[in-house]
Amino acid sequence: MNILVFADHLNGKLKKNAFEAVYYASQTAKKLAVNCIAVTVGNVENSKDLGKCGASRVINVPYTGNFSTNVYVAILAELADKTGSDVIILSGDLNGKAIHGSLAARLNAGSIAGVIEVPEADNGDLIVKKGVFSGKAFADHKIHSAKKVISIVPNAISFELGGAEVEVETMEISCPAPNVEVLSVERVEGKVPLPEAEIVVSGGRGLKGPENWGILEELGQILGGEMACSRPVSDVDWRPHSEHVGQTGIVIRPNLYIAVGISGAIQHLAGVNNSKVIVVINKDPEAPFFKAADYGVVGDLFEVVPRLNEALRKYKS
Amino acid sequence: MEILVCISKTPDTTAKIGFVDDNTKYDEQGVQFIMNPFDEFYALVRAIELKESLGGNVTVLNVGPAANDIIIRKALAIGADKAVRIDAEPKTALSVAHQISSFLKDNSFDLIFFGKETIDYNGSEVGGMVAELAGLPFISNASQLEMDGTSALINRDIEGGVEKLKVSLPCVVAASKGMAEQRIPNMRGIMMAKKKPLDVVAGVATEDLVEITNYELPKEKQGVKLVDPENMDELVRLLSEEAKII
Repeated sequence: MNILVFADHLNGKLKKNAFEAVYYASQTAKKLAVNCIAVTVGNVENSKDLGKCGASRVINVPYTGNFSTNVYVAILAELADKTGSDVIILSGDLNGKAIHGSLAARLNAGSIAGVIEVPEADNGDLIVKKGVFSGKAFADHKIHSAKKVISIVPNAISFELGGAEVEVETMEISCPAPNVEVLSVERVEGKVPLPEAEIVVSGGRGLKGPENWGILEELGQILGGEMACSRPVSDVDWRPHSEHVGQTGIVIRPNLYIAVGISGAIQHLAGVNNSKVIVVINKDPEAPFFKAADYGVVGDLFEVVPRLNEALRKYKS
Repeated sequence: MEILVCISKTPDTTAKIGFVDDNTKYDEQGVQFIMNPFDEFYALVRAIELKESLGGNVTVLNVGPAANDIIIRKALAIGADKAVRIDAEPKTALSVAHQISSFLKDNSFDLIFFGKETIDYNGSEVGGMVAELAGLPFISNASQLEMDGTSALINRDIEGGVEKLKVSLPCVVAASKGMAEQRIPNMRGIMMAKKKPLDVVAGVATEDLVEITNYELPKEKQGVKLVDPENMDELVRLLSEEAKII
């Protein structure tokens, strides 16, 4: 038995999530004393780097079509078979979410998505820990079946690049035609999706209007972070829906979450409370968010944020 | 057109999270249950909008016990035409998917909607599983959907943007935020919902490949460290030297 791990790329370069997934797979392989086989699909410049985070084999499957669940499921299912892999690991990023369920159903595999730690082995079963209740709790799951499909939450695994590069094997897979047609792709280059962002700057109703977001965007730029907002802010269209973090928006776990003018309702906290460090800036000392914060600033955000931007600029230079 | 919307029951967004039976079971005592918000706000409402403009029917489907009828009636009150409950315990994603795909063998739809995930289990798995078992295209994290003859034009959220897709019907779509706006049922809807058909069908036998062995709550934060609002240099120092995060 081996472990197969899918390493996705963007414009020919492996994603950070790909390294996280391969590192996770290699740590799991070590525990089970099996091989970790990484798979890349299409033209990828740096597939060989996956050896550095523990892959013992790297297979590239030539493919020039668009992303489609049916194609990627077919490739991974066939490779799992060809390489004798019983455990298939994915990153739970957006493409991973598109693949995971269908692949698990194809293989009739025990399926767990949202895993945050390397599993424990238990007589052929695996015990994996995942986040549940949108970040409000964790649950250990035992997977009984021979085949297992696991996807890991972006940003949950910190990887090391200690090993050596490996020679990339090319393997042709006869895959079906994609069953969706891509008409166009609109992407802001360099923009990191919120679940994968390491630093997130977020604003709430305390900002009083969309015209006041300049100071927050400045803070985001200085820190190299992504912008987010609370639900009321996206509901009144001050900011786009895609920035709404919380229980009914996007669940995130960055290294640093800075919440400005957000009171911290339980639904908002659910989506962000797995952030490693939380900074809350709010003029109301009774705001519930302070209870979930590591650092708090009680004060007028329109004075505090520009002061913070100034201090950060000084620090960065 | 015939649209199926698969809905789940979840604890209310403000529900207290606690566990019983040696931390192996969610403590349902005193918990208010709701329709999963992603199913309700985005999948169900968009399905109803499509029906209103193109005609046809919206059927809601739930896998679960009779206690779930309350959320099914709410879906009917919001505007679904009929409902089916598969009377089976929704234990794992794959067992639920098998229940739904078994139902699809005798019932065909042009469009099958899910919410992108449930707010309790957060798996995002069932939609893709049903698509695979039924042999249909699957579009995850869909934030917009318009009909174009016998195809759907769908925006799928991707890293840093959207991908615009064209998919032939029938297909399975997992709806994310942006797909539609929440609708609150009115009194007329609630009264009419009582008369709409809710069929209960028996489930098929399924196998559970995974089980929950332990729940735990996150560690409590150690307490907030307050920083003088006049002294942001101190906050920067803490973030770099103590938290080592910048």
